[in-house]
Amino acid sequence: MESGKNFVLGIYDDEDVLLEAVTKVRDSGVKIHEVYSPFPVHGLEHALGYKRTRLPIAAFMFGLLGFTLAVTMQTWMLGVDWPMIIGGKNFISLPPFVPVSFELTVLISALGMVGTFMIISDLKPYKKPRMFDVRSTDDKHVMAVDLGTNNLSKDEIGKVLNESGASEVNDKNFD
Amino acid sequence: MQVTSPLRETLVTGGKTVHDITEDICRQVEGKPSKSWMMGLALSLGGLTIGGYAVFTLLWEGIGVWGLNKTVGWAWDITNFVWWVGIGHAGTLISAILLLFRQKWRMSINRAAEAMTIFAVLCALMFPSLHMGRMWVGFYWALPLPNTFGSLWVNFNSPLLWDVFAISTYFTVSLVFWYIGLIPDFATIRDRATNKISKAIYGALSFGWDGAAKTWMRYESVSLILAGLATPLVLSVHTIVSMDFATSVIPGWHTTIFPPYFVAGAIFSGFAMVLTLMLVTRKLFKLEDYITIYHIELMNIVIIITGSIVGVAYITEFFIAWYSGVPYEQYAFINRAFGPYDWAYYTMMTCNVIAPQLFWFKKIRTSIVSTMIISIIVNIGMWFERFVIIVTSLHRDYIPSSWAMFYPTRYDVGVYLFSFGFFFTAFLLFSKFFPVLNMAELKSIVKSSSEKK
Repeated sequence: MESGKNFVLGIYDDEDVLLEAVTKVRDSGVKIHEVYSPFPVHGLEHALGYKRTRLPIAAFMFGLLGFTLAVTMQTWMLGVDWPMIIGGKNFISLPPFVPVSFELTVLISALGMVGTFMIISDLKPYKKPRMFDVRSTDDKHVMAVDLGTNNLSKDEIGKVLNESGASEVNDKNFD
Repeated sequence: MQVTSPLRETLVTGGKTVHDITEDICRQVEGKPSKSWMMGLALSLGGLTIGGYAVFTLLWEGIGVWGLNKTVGWAWDITNFVWWVGIGHAGTLISAILLLFRQKWRMSINRAAEAMTIFAVLCALMFPSLHMGRMWVGFYWALPLPNTFGSLWVNFNSPLLWDVFAISTYFTVSLVFWYIGLIPDFATIRDRATNKISKAIYGALSFGWDGAAKTWMRYESVSLILAGLATPLVLSVHTIVSMDFATSVIPGWHTTIFPPYFVAGAIFSGFAMVLTLMLVTRKLFKLEDYITIYHIELMNIVIIITGSIVGVAYITEFFIAWYSGVPYEQYAFINRAFGPYDWAYYTMMTCNVIAPQLFWFKKIRTSIVSTMIISIIVNIGMWFERFVIIVTSLHRDYIPSSWAMFYPTRYDVGVYLFSFGFFFTAFLLFSKFFPVLNMAELKSIVKSSSEKK
């Protein structure tokens, strides 16, 4: 069967039931496509076996970039391009450069990280999301299992989901 | 897995379920606006219009229509600027610093407080921009843009320039932080929307959010880092604002305690404004189960603490003026307390130092009426604090022949009214069309912190 088209959905009402269910379902050999929740469930990423996000590293790198840009810009503008005597101080006096360097570090770091987040998570204004069940933005947790990537049959997967504590088990097919 | 203490404070009353939260918050967005909301909007737009006339005249005629003179070159404009920036600080404190400290009570108030931050910072930006006179060329004066004078660059040694960077960074980061938080809630509204237009608008606003566990993981990481970035940022912003004054040589301004004193004052006035707004929003939108007396009490405790810090700072300034032995510094402070502007000084002292101390009484800090009254008093007091610092220090400086008084004209008042009109118009529009509480975050604490039926 083709992957990414035919899904079995397990609907869960409670985040703690969901957490245990994810482990149970994975232990019984079913590959989970993704879990959709109305709010962040702590520990879900561990239960699903996701690797830690490297966004903090991106934030640090962007911060470093911002800092370098800020220091270079100020030094070049006031020290090289157009040196001016201001209050009889050195052309390049580092202490007054601290505030702007700090602000630009924070600005570039924040914008860079959020931009990276938007890109890797594919968040954009004109995107139509593929919703498995609209209740997943209200109060239900939806576990989607792709029939195409699992060797088990639809009924077998449904049984596993039912036993793990799902309040409903539904089919969802995309054309 | 999360371990939940059975003794946890109740943050959501009324036995709400996850679905109830969606219903309660979305009702505002989906329903027709209430009469009181329409009246509020009409009032705000009225202020915006009358103030707009003042702004227009100011731009047409020039800064001369304000009451400024050669001695007092900064008065209401910079007072309003510092006041509005200060108000903004509470939003970031609630959403960033309380997130780092894992204070879950922030979740009922952070959305509206952050919105307040953004609108307040915009109001603040208005004043230095207008004071530039020809604000349409202000970009060249304030930003390091290549120009035909050389390029002659901006002066990175000047605290006024630091302010440009600090405020614009602060605004951008706050906006991004706020918007990231809004995305999941927009998705909730999108999935409930019944008509085409709102489906399209909230669909675009929600950036195609689907609530996948992987996205939530990244979202949590982004929120945490943004909070980590915003925390030193918020402290830096008012520090830099205070340096506009502290790095000068004007007696009364040239003080090393300004940065912490200004930051405490900012949080003090910001929390007062959050309370004023939230008490009204809570009543108007029937959010009593989410913004409980416990939330109000905690915010009042923050007001006692920061109010006391501000009080100590006032006394320290006096002590240091005496202890320094500098006659100019001593005169500046004697003039502040006993000079022609003493009424402003005593207004400030009463509103900021005495009024919040009433919150030591449990009855007063858990009463909605007294909280409302004191929060407004604190905001008046904090406006006077900036007025006192700015005008009384300037109006009598080193040369007695140049001593003068400052009297505001109707255009000073008008531009201030304009900023109020803008602030309340923006806040009312936000409260109608955006989810006023962070639904996603609140849903995550329902199980542990909701009152059981």
